[in-house]
Amino acid sequence: MAEPSGPYLRLSAAEQKRRRSRSIAIALALAFMVLLFYAVTIAKLGPQILNRPL
Amino acid sequence: MSTLSPDLALPDLGLAVAPAAVGGNGEVRDYLALLKPRVMSLVVFTALVGMLVVHPAVNPIIAGSALLMIAVGAGASGCLNMWWDADIDAVMTRTRTRPIPAGRIHPDEALSIGLALSVGSVLALGLIANWLAAALLAGTIAFYVVVYSIGLKRWTDQNIVIGGLAGALPPVVADAAVTGRVGTESLVLCAVIFLWTPPHFWALALVKSSDYARAGIPMMPNVRGPDATRTRILLYTLVLVPFALLPVPLGFGGWLYGGVSLLAGAGMLALAVKVFAVRAGEEAGRVAMQLFGFSILYLFLLFAALLAEHGLGLFRAVPFL
Repeated sequence: MAEPSGPYLRLSAAEQKRRRSRSIAIALALAFMVLLFYAVTIAKLGPQILNRPL
Repeated sequence: MSTLSPDLALPDLGLAVAPAAVGGNGEVRDYLALLKPRVMSLVVFTALVGMLVVHPAVNPIIAGSALLMIAVGAGASGCLNMWWDADIDAVMTRTRTRPIPAGRIHPDEALSIGLALSVGSVLALGLIANWLAAALLAGTIAFYVVVYSIGLKRWTDQNIVIGGLAGALPPVVADAAVTGRVGTESLVLCAVIFLWTPPHFWALALVKSSDYARAGIPMMPNVRGPDATRTRILLYTLVLVPFALLPVPLGFGGWLYGGVSLLAGAGMLALAVKVFAVRAGEEAGRVAMQLFGFSILYLFLLFAALLAEHGLGLFRAVPFL
């Protein structure tokens, strides 16, 4: 891939690796939050989740 | 180490930013360390017991989610505490390897993460459980950060006495989360942790007094002297041990809890007496560290006994009076 032409911060290989780890951790946390709120919604509403005007 | 491209002279800002000052370059474990995971685990444990004592049949998904938000709230306050105390953490041997003083995380990052997690955990707890629990969690975070960290810690030798309330509140928040009210049981558990905090921290402060002195923190041994601290440790323990038996006459501590509380309380009291009596030499420091270590075990045993009684169905009421 061509190097970007504008002003930029050039990360070392170790810093790129750390950034990737952080990004994965944030993605996992966000995915977990989605699942958590889905599960809580089902647990709080139960069968009532289907009882709504369509 | 990252390097700035030649074009990044930031002419419009008129300054060059050193890469180390940019932040955002720590490892995942550094960010987790900001949340003080060991404190979080204690919070989860005491909150879980607070939940089970008042509502053993609570929905596990709601209970688990509420516990998670309480833990995140505790982590957020730990993060904000590290942000505020970075200067004193840097001069204390116990804390100088923390991510901010060690230069792995920028203070502004910690502030941002702490504030975001505080707001997020409070809102999520409100949505998952109820707004009383959310308000109590917000109050606990504010108390720990504003009242203890910013207000009391560098100002008075009563810092950990009053500030200990923040660490004692998780069972109350948990109670509110599952019942929508605050009951006697969780308030008693809160009081047990509250009374436990001074002898626990002062035992450590006796050994680490030079560390605290270097950081300018007015801990009890530095302000009133080690002997006055030993007296106070003994007095607090004399109040704590009988008070920790209160769940038995109140009906939510059974035979198991009563027995554990009596035996462990006797151990706690014996060590407090030993700390009071042994005042000089290496032995004094060794005994103080013994009390510090045993106090952790003592609190763990009390709550583990309640967990076994209410979580595993081992509760057998003591026919009292």
